[in-house]
Amino acid sequence: MVSAGSVGPARRTEGDLAALPLAPPAATGLREVVRRRYLLGMLVRNTIKSRYQGTVLGWVWSYLQPAIRFCMFYFLFQVMIGRGEGTIENFAIHLFAGMVIVHFFTETFNGGTQSLVQNRSLITKLPVPREMFPVARMLVAGWHTIPMLIILVVPCIALGWRPDLEGIAAALLGFALAAALGLALGLVFSVGNVFMRDIGKVAQTLTQFVTFSVPMMYPFTLVHERFGDPWSGYYLLNPMAEAVLLIQRGFWTGTTSDPSATAAAHLPDHLFTRGLIMTGVSVVLLVLAQRLFSRLEAKVPERL
Amino acid sequence: MTTMIQVEHATKAFTLSYQRSLKQTVLAKARGRKTHDTFNAVDDVTFTVKEGESVGLMGLNGSGKSTLLKLISGVMRPDSGTVLTRGRIAGLIATGTGFDNNLSGRENLYLNAAILGMSRAETDRKFDEIVDFADLGKFLDTDVAYYSSGMRARLGFSVAVNVDADIFIADEALAVGDRPFKRKCKKRMDEIVKSGVTMFYVSHAPGSVRNLCNRVLVMESGRLAFDGDVEEGIAYLHYDDGDDDGEDDGLGADI
Repeated sequence: MVSAGSVGPARRTEGDLAALPLAPPAATGLREVVRRRYLLGMLVRNTIKSRYQGTVLGWVWSYLQPAIRFCMFYFLFQVMIGRGEGTIENFAIHLFAGMVIVHFFTETFNGGTQSLVQNRSLITKLPVPREMFPVARMLVAGWHTIPMLIILVVPCIALGWRPDLEGIAAALLGFALAAALGLALGLVFSVGNVFMRDIGKVAQTLTQFVTFSVPMMYPFTLVHERFGDPWSGYYLLNPMAEAVLLIQRGFWTGTTSDPSATAAAHLPDHLFTRGLIMTGVSVVLLVLAQRLFSRLEAKVPERL
Repeated sequence: MTTMIQVEHATKAFTLSYQRSLKQTVLAKARGRKTHDTFNAVDDVTFTVKEGESVGLMGLNGSGKSTLLKLISGVMRPDSGTVLTRGRIAGLIATGTGFDNNLSGRENLYLNAAILGMSRAETDRKFDEIVDFADLGKFLDTDVAYYSSGMRARLGFSVAVNVDADIFIADEALAVGDRPFKRKCKKRMDEIVKSGVTMFYVSHAPGSVRNLCNRVLVMESGRLAFDGDVEEGIAYLHYDDGDDDGEDDGLGADI
């Protein structure tokens, strides 16, 4: 029964062992997550796989759901209410483009927040870098964004949108911003959620707030018109507002009859500078979040 | 001799919270009751393990054995003091942890191996050996959700026991499943011991400690109470008092 010639685990010679450093038993940190990307990839794939487990349509659902949502927006806002007629062209695209990135952000943030508690059994028993779980949730959220982007691009092309270098750069910058910020918040809130489950509820409340605090259900110009100069400046201190504006530069403005006029009218000045600054801020937050995480995570296994 | 495990003044404190909600905490404070308590699960423990040593960690329930093992495996970090190790640590700790019920046995094998630190190439190389050992037959491609508990245990055990380790740690019965599988486990454990790997083994069973170990550590309420010879360690615990032949569990039982 036992496989013939099995020779026990292969062992290093004493010389090899002596050459290895005497180190703390389990390495941690985002760098360790990158080093163990094989495991990370597997966790991500399994999570994606289990999402549509047991459904007949399988991955088709990931296209069907956003497609239906887009059609609903289109009929409700453009056909029925006539929202944005004369002021914002293609309001459904304006809304849906924002939704794609907000969805990516909230899934990263909320999923990350729950990730440590959900993987309790693994974390309390085996040494795995704990950052792995929020990072995995971000990658899963990224994967789920792809069908939404495709659903977004199809009507865009139908309306005459063509990819331009500046627009692609804007969209990529927007996603980089949302990823860094979402992961930073995911790290902090996930470890907070271990100590106090209230933190998870706070995260949920915050994500609802995000939906309304970014210019997707209304144009940025509306904020400027209603509240004037200092306030619209404060509004733009919300990094997610920049992320949404960047993705609208990437997709929505290109669908309008005069893209550069739309951009001039509805997007704030120096959009790229603002976007780069906010991305920089988010990366700094991510570094700080990782520091806080590694300080608190030592207590995580016993608190779970 | 190369030092494989170096534990210096390691202390790990746990906080016991009696109340969790704000209301309970306020009420407890108002009534002058304690809201939380701390105790040292591992208290100022110091020892080193050299290459090739086989250490049995013994002690009563709640004496801090598992916490010490978690410090060594890296699941927990000491609050003060240091725990340093050399090379890869693997072994029989929480076998089968991280199994995903929605995945097949084959996929879980790869996932579990990755959690234990193996690369894809390494898993590919060991795949046949692991599958042979688990002996699941056609169930290898069935979802783990439909496995019997014995089959789950066998798969988990087979993966864990096939990871190349520089330090082999074990915190559970060294044999699982039915009688034929137990024999196989025993044979494999003998191979591992013979290979001269550094072992760290938590057990209540004097029989298997005698079989496998050449040194015993005894924990007593978080402190290291004894460090030395196997027989003396077992005598220190009074585990040999009375007639407990046949009560021996784990490896000793079936051999």
